[in-house]
Amino acid sequence: MLPLSLRTDLEIARRGYQRYAAYPLATAAGAFTNIIFGLMRGSVLLALFAERQRIGAYDAAATITYVWLTQGLLNIVAIWGWQELALRVRTGDIATDLIRPMHPIRALLAAEYGRATYQLVFRGIPPVAVGVVAFHAALPSDALVWLAFFASLVLAVAVSFAFRMLYNLAAFWTTDTRGTMILALVVMTIFSGFTIPIQFFPPWLAAIAYATPFPAMVQIPVDIFVAATAGPPVLVALAGQLAWALAMLAASYGLFALGTRRLVVQGG
Amino acid sequence: MADLSDLLALYRRLIAARLRAQLQYRTSFALDSTGMLLISFIDFLAILVIFANVPQLAGWTLPEVALLFAITGLTFAFTDLAIGHLDLFPQLIRDGNFDLLLIRPRGTLFQLLTADFQVRRLGKAIGALAVLAYALANLRIDWDPGRIAMLLLIVPTGVVIFASIWVATICIAFWSVDAREVSNAFTYGGQFLGQFPMNLYDRWLRRFLAYVVPIAFVAYFPALYILGKPDPIGLPEWLRFTSPLVALAAAFVASAVWRFGVRHYQSAGG
Amino acid sequence: MSVPAIELEHVGKDFVVRRAVGRLRRETDVVSAVADLTFSVERGSLVGYIGPNGAGKSTTVKMLTGILVPSRGRISVAGLVPTRQRTQLAQRIGVMFGQRVQLWWDLPLIESFELLRYIYRIPPQTYERNLSTFRRLLDLDEFLRTPVRQLSLGQRVRGEITGAMLHDPEILFLDEPTIGLDVVARQRVREFLLSANRERGMTLLLTSHDLTDIERLCSRILIIDRGRLIFDGDIDTLKARYGKERVLVIDLEEPGPALQLDGARVIRIEGPRQWIAFDGERLSAAQLTAAAAAQAPLRDLTVQEPEIEDVVRRIYQERA
Repeated sequence: MLPLSLRTDLEIARRGYQRYAAYPLATAAGAFTNIIFGLMRGSVLLALFAERQRIGAYDAAATITYVWLTQGLLNIVAIWGWQELALRVRTGDIATDLIRPMHPIRALLAAEYGRATYQLVFRGIPPVAVGVVAFHAALPSDALVWLAFFASLVLAVAVSFAFRMLYNLAAFWTTDTRGTMILALVVMTIFSGFTIPIQFFPPWLAAIAYATPFPAMVQIPVDIFVAATAGPPVLVALAGQLAWALAMLAASYGLFALGTRRLVVQGG
Repeated sequence: MADLSDLLALYRRLIAARLRAQLQYRTSFALDSTGMLLISFIDFLAILVIFANVPQLAGWTLPEVALLFAITGLTFAFTDLAIGHLDLFPQLIRDGNFDLLLIRPRGTLFQLLTADFQVRRLGKAIGALAVLAYALANLRIDWDPGRIAMLLLIVPTGVVIFASIWVATICIAFWSVDAREVSNAFTYGGQFLGQFPMNLYDRWLRRFLAYVVPIAFVAYFPALYILGKPDPIGLPEWLRFTSPLVALAAAFVASAVWRFGVRHYQSAGG
Repeated sequence: MSVPAIELEHVGKDFVVRRAVGRLRRETDVVSAVADLTFSVERGSLVGYIGPNGAGKSTTVKMLTGILVPSRGRISVAGLVPTRQRTQLAQRIGVMFGQRVQLWWDLPLIESFELLRYIYRIPPQTYERNLSTFRRLLDLDEFLRTPVRQLSLGQRVRGEITGAMLHDPEILFLDEPTIGLDVVARQRVREFLLSANRERGMTLLLTSHDLTDIERLCSRILIIDRGRLIFDGDIDTLKARYGKERVLVIDLEEPGPALQLDGARVIRIEGPRQWIAFDGERLSAAQLTAAAAAQAPLRDLTVQEPEIEDVVRRIYQERA
């Protein structure tokens, strides 16, 4: 028998899943868009390999896999904007969340894994399938690589979630964060390795990227998948993701406590 | 023609009202604009990273690709400025508020397009202009009146083409509000595609981009003319001057799709 | 005989509804929101259009105003075919949806009016005249420069009605205009509409769940239920039809059998509570209460006025 809190987590995760399963047409439309963008990005990045054989640890085949995998990962890791918590803070609805037995951040994280599971199946598999079937994207043959990849994916979701928490929690202190949020998203998109593989960055830019949590959201799991990261460095990479996730989650809990105390004292 | 000046006058008033409302929030406007400016630079960063790795992309140099990027970016930014709020249209259908447009003595598309004006998107246009300046400074262009005219015409015709694509694809909301994301594949996708030379793409994708969703006429063909570059694909030269015609055709198609969508809405129920 | 303001002939509207059956299959059903409607409204009339939720009221109004195309039948409003001559018709009618915001949300009220002026191409004199009249009659001056989003419901409704009438429409369609308003505000809106009808000869079609609105305003009442017209007449005929039936809800000290009362009948019992229907014209609530108290000790009571649903149900039962 599972302890009560874990059962609640699963229950919330299940609802997180169902919330997205309720809109099959939207999911299909999204998957279609993912595939279209996969075609486009694939064409562009492949053109680089007309001039070279390798860029960093990537060759043409790895790049193709990278393109289709990132199109699949995009919605699982959800690096795009998300304002739900900020909205709840601004409208004051957060007050009802505070009197519930489970900490709101934990509840959101549970729902997040539910969502991620749904999108793993329905937004993750279609682009990867298209990539494998039509464009010779390569799947790992080693079971250990698959294991490491899924571990990395789980951590990537946590890192992305924690980061989103942080910029949502800014809502406790400012009224309109939209402009900075959009900027944050664009920075995130580049430095997570989603637009261009970090392998292609000049060394100084790659260094800047790895100083941020963003590669932990996309590039690290992808590199494990295409074996750009292999052997012991995989464990280092996973440890790095774990460190970012824990650090940012701790910061989120801290900011949340600060913010709610301010709310309670000032009366929202 | 009296009708056209009446429409323009109305548009001016609607926009002025919107501008007044938006400029009330000065700091947020400034932040948004700066954000947009930075975003367009970061978008260009991706191109710079590509060229840090290769000297040429499908036979195009960095300044040449920068030209494509700038034209597409500028065009998209102005389209976004004028009709970016079209992305809210699916919600209008879902809320049943599209009905409110049907009871006014004006075309529904006109009302929708003139409903708002995204001044803050101007930041992206400025960013694209900066890249354009960089491109022109680094290219040896044989300027003549024709090329100058082309440069000036590119953005208006490109805006009409992009706007047509946007309107035509957002019409999917008339049939399914849930499926509205499909439109992004063509609008934001179109912007992405337009930044790169057409010969980069597979033949069937190229044809799609030239004849179905005419992105190639926004930046690629005009750029070939300005650069005096022979078409790597080998298409006829007169194609480079057809952008205005393509824009007209696109607008025609878009408004036909819209009318079709409205008729469906009126039959199938809000 | 002048052209009627509104004319419907065997109008129907069907919707295709898709339902998920099991996990994958879908079933399509055809639902008739409006089955068969025929009526006409003369210019200058004040008509109430009522019915239970889902009866087809909104669908009818949408067909009359050019929002929806009928599945069958003929519609003529102000002599025009609504969906075929939409923009032309829109110039001649005004529409106000009580539950929707038709004005510009973040602009001052007066700016909304200015925009409407250009949208409807209102001649300057007409605009000035109407604006000053409405300002006076509806007391708009105190909030004319306030953004619509900051207005109270009552203020916004007054603004919306003004917005719908600035261009001197021949016909005004009002869909739940007074919903959420307090008693005083409702009264004021009613008086305003009456004077507009009197002075401008404006035809009014009003849908409302508020029976008082209908009673005070409308000379003619149309009742629709399940897509069909089940009553078309004046208020007196309607009253005579269902009488003045009221319901006395009594809480007895203890649950007991149905009370036996003259001129009244118990229509429902739940524990100590009994619902007693009686003819309000022949018996007063006070008399009935006294009679009930004589039979069993009472703890509490309320009097219910007839709901439109009850009226319709009775009329429908009559027809069945």
